[in-house]
Amino acid sequence: MARRYDSRTTIFSPEGRLYQIEYAMEAISHAGTVLGILAKDGVVLAAEKKVTGKLLDLSGAKEGGYGGSGEKIFLLNSNVIAGVAGITADANSLINYARTAAQRHLFSYNEDIPVEQLAQRLCDLKQGYTQFGDPSGNYSGWKATCIGANNGTAQSLLKQEYKDDITVEDAIGLAIRVMSKTMDSTTLGSEKLEFAVLTLDKKNEQPRPKIFKPAEIDALLAKHGLGKKDEDTEMRTA
Amino acid sequence: MECQFGLSGNGYVLLAASTTAVRSIVKMKHDQDNIKVLGPQLIMSYSGEPGDTIQFAEYIERNIRLYQIRNFHALRPSSAASWLRRQLADSLRSRNPYAVNILLGGYDNATSKPHLYWMDYLGTLTNQPYAAQGYGSYFVLSLLDRYHNPEASLEEGLETLRRCIDEVEKRLVVSQGKYIVKVVDKDGVRVIEL
Repeated sequence: MARRYDSRTTIFSPEGRLYQIEYAMEAISHAGTVLGILAKDGVVLAAEKKVTGKLLDLSGAKEGGYGGSGEKIFLLNSNVIAGVAGITADANSLINYARTAAQRHLFSYNEDIPVEQLAQRLCDLKQGYTQFGDPSGNYSGWKATCIGANNGTAQSLLKQEYKDDITVEDAIGLAIRVMSKTMDSTTLGSEKLEFAVLTLDKKNEQPRPKIFKPAEIDALLAKHGLGKKDEDTEMRTA
Repeated sequence: MECQFGLSGNGYVLLAASTTAVRSIVKMKHDQDNIKVLGPQLIMSYSGEPGDTIQFAEYIERNIRLYQIRNFHALRPSSAASWLRRQLADSLRSRNPYAVNILLGGYDNATSKPHLYWMDYLGTLTNQPYAAQGYGSYFVLSLLDRYHNPEASLEEGLETLRRCIDEVEKRLVVSQGKYIVKVVDKDGVRVIEL
């Protein structure tokens, strides 16, 4: 009989629950893990790629591209990077919206959009979809957080290891450690991971977003002693 | 016949505007404040077509305030100037454009630097160490070229300003009457009695 109450976001069940909302939240907790860490001199994002396999054409991802490899981590503006978990099509639509909003701010004010303002614009859009039904669309700033599969484990790990004056270098190490513990696969590799770092360029005082290329991710994993051995490499790129 | 000028110094921007409102050959008012306070550290003086000036200035004032209420922080001077220019440029390309000239002074807390912008009714925006508009500018710009010092203290800046006002009074056929003077610096905006 659950079918009677879960067809629309606007229909409450007798216990006062909204099944569609709960399904959506459940769906997100099955998506690949994405975690973010705020360091004193930058921000680190790491994400687990779910769509992998021998036949997947990754030639577009090899160079990193304008927006990363294109599954989980994206460049929204010259001062903002984002990681997504959930329905890919919805994410693409939101990313497109955020990039447009950022450019509109640049057009009006001749400055990069402040990050919180961009988060607000996204949440205003999301809230609009919940206007008729359960009100939602909140956002909050985090020193370290995680969304997607195993986010509970990842968050308790982050809570244990996070320090307020952490540097970007240490935050990168922490992100890799947490990812290695929360991901299903035993060995980490660039075909399963996405990685990005946002720092301030000392020379021109401008934000410097960097989305890692697959080769750079493998180098980073090797540096932290978590890279895979040669024999279990599925795919070797020249 | 209105006249307005501004100059920046060590950590401040000064704006001065004549307070006489003229229609045809008649002085209608002698205490008009043509310098609006747009934010905690942003001021704007305006001149041009009577009616347009007040209408446009109030529109700008309210919208800058709206931005601050929505986002909990004021626009930086450079961003406010860019937005202001866009409003004027869009207006220019409409059926009934505003004919308003503007000087914008602000103090940027992020960089601890004062900024002065000159803008005409065609939407030309420039960042200047000193600026002037109206008939008075023909006498004042050369003076400022000679006496302006970007490192001058507020007292020295006011001295230069007095020099400018005296020169306009001496050379221009029409007397400008009193001026209103406002300063913006790290402490905010103040009115200064010359």
